[in-house]
Amino acid sequence: MTVIKLVYEIDKQDFVKAGQASSEIKKVLKQLGVASEITRKVAIATYEAEMNIVIHSFGGYIEVIIGETGIKIMAKDRGPGIKDIELAMQEGYTTASDKVRELGFGAGMGLPNIKRCADEFQIKSILNKHTELDVFIRL
Amino acid sequence: MGTYKIQDLVDGLGLEIISNNISLDVDITGVYIGDLLSWVMANINRGNVWITIQTHVNTIAVASLAEACGIIIPESAEIDANTIAKAEEHNIPLLRSKLTAYELAKRISNIVDKK
Repeated sequence: MTVIKLVYEIDKQDFVKAGQASSEIKKVLKQLGVASEITRKVAIATYEAEMNIVIHSFGGYIEVIIGETGIKIMAKDRGPGIKDIELAMQEGYTTASDKVRELGFGAGMGLPNIKRCADEFQIKSILNKHTELDVFIRL
Repeated sequence: MGTYKIQDLVDGLGLEIISNNISLDVDITGVYIGDLLSWVMANINRGNVWITIQTHVNTIAVASLAEACGIIIPESAEIDANTIAKAEEHNIPLLRSKLTAYELAKRISNIVDKK
């Protein structure tokens, strides 16, 4: 069985590069002929995960594994961790700064959007250590 | 909505074409107005033209990933050079109007909702 693995480093606060990883992932899926509805879900999930790392973390990476049954997305950062995951999952809840919100980010929809696109969704976080998001989208 | 293209909006509304060398012969499936990027990502439909006051470079990633057919910036808002470059790189038509989003919506509706 052939799988394709893509890994992208995401720098904190790098709004210029933000979105690049997701765009490249989408390009690969298109080239592989993945159905457009699936590609769209992966694009949204990876974008929101990418922006969460940029906006809220000390930096991290996104790993995408394209397999025969579906696409696995893992987003992991180097902290600072999420104090209350249940709150973070609530639509409209955000800890984004005013400056970031002026740019249209921080709508508090990131994690809910990812969950909506995913067939399997898991988020783990250790305060002051890291946050890890694991998503699976079926082909 | 019948088949309309970005070029029809440019002609009908006198839009300023900001991005260079991008084909405007692109079908429009509808219009979406919104300035909260994640909200737009979740709710815009593929092929919609997106009206937003956000002019920074990240709008292009959103438009590209959500497959918007183009972006119209209202109220003659100033557009970052990075945004223009990124729009050209991703082949997203970037247009501008003096009108507000509301006025744009009304006029687009007049063009596309003709009975």
